[in-house]
Amino acid sequence: MTAPSSNVTPQALADTSATLLEVRNIAKNFGPHRVLKNISLEIAAGEFLTLLGESGSGKTTLLRLIAGFEQPTSGEIWMSGAHLDTLPPYRRRVNTVFQNYALFPHLNVQENVAYGLEVTRASKSEIPTRVADALRMVKMQSFASARPATLSGGQQQRVALARALVNRPQLLLLDEPLSALDANLRKQMQSELKSLQRELGITFLFVTHDQDEAMALSDRVALLKDGALEQVATPREIYVHPATAYTAQFIGQTNLLHAQVSNGVATWASLHWPTSAPNGPAIFSLRPESIRLTNDSQFAEVPRPAGESAVAPATIHFRATILQQTFSGSSEQLEINCANHALRVRIAATNQLSGEHNFHFSSASATPVRE
Amino acid sequence: MHSRLYKLAVSLPPLTWVALFLLIPYALMFAHSFWLVRDGFLIHEWNLQNYAKLFQNPVYANVLLRTARIAASVTLLSLLLGYPLAYYMSFHAGLRKDLLYQLVIVPLWVSYLVRGYAWKTILGSEGVLNGFLQYLHITHAPVSLFLYSPFAVVLMLTHIYTPFVFLPLYASIEHIPRNLIEASHDLGATQRSTFFRIILPLSLPGLIAGATFAFVLSLGDFLAPLLVGGPSSIMIANIVQSLFGTAYDWPLGAAISVCILLLTVTLLFLTERLEKKWAFR
Repeated sequence: MTAPSSNVTPQALADTSATLLEVRNIAKNFGPHRVLKNISLEIAAGEFLTLLGESGSGKTTLLRLIAGFEQPTSGEIWMSGAHLDTLPPYRRRVNTVFQNYALFPHLNVQENVAYGLEVTRASKSEIPTRVADALRMVKMQSFASARPATLSGGQQQRVALARALVNRPQLLLLDEPLSALDANLRKQMQSELKSLQRELGITFLFVTHDQDEAMALSDRVALLKDGALEQVATPREIYVHPATAYTAQFIGQTNLLHAQVSNGVATWASLHWPTSAPNGPAIFSLRPESIRLTNDSQFAEVPRPAGESAVAPATIHFRATILQQTFSGSSEQLEINCANHALRVRIAATNQLSGEHNFHFSSASATPVRE
Repeated sequence: MHSRLYKLAVSLPPLTWVALFLLIPYALMFAHSFWLVRDGFLIHEWNLQNYAKLFQNPVYANVLLRTARIAASVTLLSLLLGYPLAYYMSFHAGLRKDLLYQLVIVPLWVSYLVRGYAWKTILGSEGVLNGFLQYLHITHAPVSLFLYSPFAVVLMLTHIYTPFVFLPLYASIEHIPRNLIEASHDLGATQRSTFFRIILPLSLPGLIAGATFAFVLSLGDFLAPLLVGGPSSIMIANIVQSLFGTAYDWPLGAAISVCILLLTVTLLFLTERLEKKWAFR
């Protein structure tokens, strides 16, 4: 990697998508517990990457390894082409926004933000302006002399963000920073975080267990399960082409169809569709919104496909009984019975449905996934 | 709501206790300090003679100063011993934490007198320390300096009050959220500046509480000077004791007691304000 010349903006740096952080074959054991198993991950400069996973999946441990609060059992972490894992936390150009903010209770907002500059001996004349800039950036300049204990959760969150950014880290680690906020504030902070990240061009590594949050914020999502990476992809990619059944279920809702494939045709219950999956048993993920309710008139025009034809149709039609209907404002959640298999369906809000109805889905929306 | 009878039943015993064993004795002491003794008889005649004596005779001021000096030394030494111990136990002791904690507490179960006599055995002319020094040929005759000196008093009191300093200190260091220390390192602070900027300020309430214990308890001690102190380390409580005993001058003893009481109460009031000011959670 070459050092960027001084006139390169952070944004331009981000566009070069040079690798900033490289996690190589990291494993971490706590006693007999294998918390992380052979994780390898690259983060590009300027990227917003989210570590997503259930509690206990190892996402916070990975973050703590990068921050330097824990040492890996094996493997290496590199940043900007140099070893990171051999440095103590205070020598890493990495800053952290902690889950419960970890603001220093004996210092006021301004002193909290100035802390990183003072301990790293930034020039005295520079400190007040940089602190003021950081506070303005998070709209907290009018609280400069308040104590953390007098602030609300959202305000403490902003101070923690300003405190972590004032040192101009190359990488900002965020450990479930929004989990303590209520839903509305959370949404607002999400969009502020996102625009702040775009503006500053600083690489964000964000940890959350909330898949909606991960989808809304990230350039890429890394899904962790039991200490191993399930999939690393853009939110769109991970939703449309989940690699595994776990991913398909964790990111959004899905129906997992355990089908049999022979000669390019998948068979599940009484339904058939074309696929490129190899012969044998296969699992397909079919999103609830990919299944559509067919208007009776529309259905009448489409000839019923011949079940035994060599080339299965691209649109699959079937009849199913409504088991349950849940109204959720803009959409309806249906549970339907298709040849004694339950399927979940999401359709635009409609009237109360009952009895048998015709449904269809496109064979392209049935995505083969690994176990 | 609780009935009137219940409230009475709950509050009567402690109020009676406080009145019988605190308020009335203090009132008596206060009254005595304004009376006088003539020809071996207590005369209930209001006057300020006792207080005048305290301020005119330099002996009292000198002893009080020495007492304060000894108490301050004990406080400082207990802090110097107690703080590193509390720090080590809180951050680095790991599984040994409980064992070490018990080891600090156990001496508190041993009688004060026993510990005093133990120091006598260690420091005396025929004592363990002198025997050891002669064995090593560092000294050739017993050193009498160890026992019966202010040094011995400070040593014994430090030994006795270090656990009292340690306990509140340990509690306050244990209560510092660990993520604050991580945040400090994260922001670029070394171990050293994290200690001075985060750990020390946040442990101040415990430090003040511990220092207050050591200082106030040492200030009122009369057994240590009696056992290991000798005439050169008479403390103010020894004077009070002799005035109430052999010297039979209760009014003067009471006057001194009132002065010490005022001093102590002022001190406790000030340290409590400081503790409140520095308690951030």
